[in-house]
Amino acid sequence: MMSTALDVSRLRKDFPILERTVRGGRALVYLDSAATSQKPYAVLDAERAYYETSNAAVHRGAHQLAEEATDAYESARAAIAGFVGARAEDIVFTKNATESLNLAAYAFSNATAKAAQGGVVDPRLVLTPESSVVVTEMEHHANLIPWQELCAKTGAQLRWIGLTEDGRLDMDQLSVIDDTTAAVSIVHQSNILGTINPVRSIMDRAREVGALGIVDACQSIPHMRVNVEDLGADLLTWSGHKMLGPTGIGLLWGRSDVLNSLPPFLTGGSMIETVTMEGSTFAPAPQRFEAGVPMVAQAVGLEAAVRYLDGVGIEAIEQHEHELTAHALATLTQMPGVRVIGPESTVDRGSAISFVVDGLHPHDVGQVLDDRGVAVRVGHHCAWPTCRRYGVPATTRLSTYLYNDLDDIDAAAAGVRAAQEFFGVV
Amino acid sequence: MSDNVEALYQEIILDHYKHPRGAGLLDHASGESFQVNPTCGDEVTVGVRLDDDDHLHVGYEGQGCSISQASASVMTELLEDATLDRVADAERAFHELMHSKGAGQPNEDALGDGIAFAGVSKYPARIKCALLPWVALQDARLRAGIEIDKPTTPDA
Ligand SMILES: Cc1ncc(COP(=O)(O)O)c(C=O)c1O
Repeated sequence: MMSTALDVSRLRKDFPILERTVRGGRALVYLDSAATSQKPYAVLDAERAYYETSNAAVHRGAHQLAEEATDAYESARAAIAGFVGARAEDIVFTKNATESLNLAAYAFSNATAKAAQGGVVDPRLVLTPESSVVVTEMEHHANLIPWQELCAKTGAQLRWIGLTEDGRLDMDQLSVIDDTTAAVSIVHQSNILGTINPVRSIMDRAREVGALGIVDACQSIPHMRVNVEDLGADLLTWSGHKMLGPTGIGLLWGRSDVLNSLPPFLTGGSMIETVTMEGSTFAPAPQRFEAGVPMVAQAVGLEAAVRYLDGVGIEAIEQHEHELTAHALATLTQMPGVRVIGPESTVDRGSAISFVVDGLHPHDVGQVLDDRGVAVRVGHHCAWPTCRRYGVPATTRLSTYLYNDLDDIDAAAAGVRAAQEFFGVV
Repeated sequence: MSDNVEALYQEIILDHYKHPRGAGLLDHASGESFQVNPTCGDEVTVGVRLDDDDHLHVGYEGQGCSISQASASVMTELLEDATLDRVADAERAFHELMHSKGAGQPNEDALGDGIAFAGVSKYPARIKCALLPWVALQDARLRAGIEIDKPTTPDA
């Protein structure tokens, strides 16, 4: 079966890993792109070509290779910025989204500690026991634990927006954002529920109370058109490896006034302006946040990834995945003993679909699927509190990308049925 | 289903999963340990106590996948009222089996129904599930101050 928006069989040829077999000769059905995506030749070739021709430490040295490497690195920044409608100088390279989110949270604890020593910092970043930080109950641990730690260090209160039965934010709880709130950090698209959140209205509310607004866009940017200006956020974080890029590169976008008001996170070489034995001053963003020799090859690979995505068309990818999601939801919700955790409709919903099967633990479902060559993720998906909210220890999650087709969904559904039969629960 | 998966889910394992033996915590445990597998949320609590004849008594409670829950049931049935020598043999044999990468010759004398877990050792992600109750047992035992002569190999 073919979906209409993309020529999947042609696209699949660009992804060498999809040719391989698993578990004794079975074709690989990869339905775990929310964890990490596969990489097309274009990305692999770009990284290799960089190492073969231009490898050098960037922003250091006066030789030709150093110039070429610096050009490659900065042109990658510009291309990635263009992909999300940003200016190149507002894009910071990190190691992954987790680091980007920690960078944001540490800005508050570092500023608070400096203020206590009489340092001059942006007062919006200074927390007291009267301050609050707001997240949601559907955050990935990467957007929860850094804020828990920040609150533990400063005495600030962690608050969250709870969830409705059908897997959405309970917008009646928006009042937890009030004039004590210093930061509001929320996920754009949930990696466990698939929900796409109304971030704009939440960011507007953050702005009203003078809080910094942060959006975790890990699961949205790879799958839909996101323009950084439209979300109303101050900071936006995501990972390269979920959008066909290499591992080892993450992104932080910020409004330039905000970025330049944040104290540095990791310190050392390349991020300074002047250094004496007594102290140092720091370069403007983005260099301020890029201490040490950065991940140049990964940046080059990620540039190739966004060019590849542009070539296919992110709107076409979104449309294609919408069809896959509709098919998966229709299939799963009709299966006896199967319950979707998260929205059952395709409205404001991405393609990560979690479900539980009566009488079967997700680990056992995943094992049977794996035996049939179907790779899904099982567990709490680094969103343990979300599982608790819905009273399940874990879920099975399928998630798609441009290289999946309707047949892949059917293979997963057939695997779930086989697991139910094997364990005698239908 | 492939042979490997058939070997993983032995009848005995499925039977213990569906009909757990000895489930429930001890009323007067002298040591108790709660363990979770943080990658998937499997949970088990194991409690132990020694009687006047130096025999071990074991109780457990848990939730999770077939492998972790069957493993708790098999372990409890095997070690309820066992001598400490038997506990030592079983702990060691089970850890060895789990680290055998599918090539282990399970020691039936020491493991009883536990030999059914031989197929688990081919699946690294599932070894933790099978070991979870055994790790809890060892910890509960140490909390209760119950030493055994032959130390078990440390868990991977
Ligand atoms: C919503 C969300 N936030 C944050 C992260 C963390 O990304 P990374 O592991 O690349 O740092 C992930 C990845 O699993 C995610 O899905």
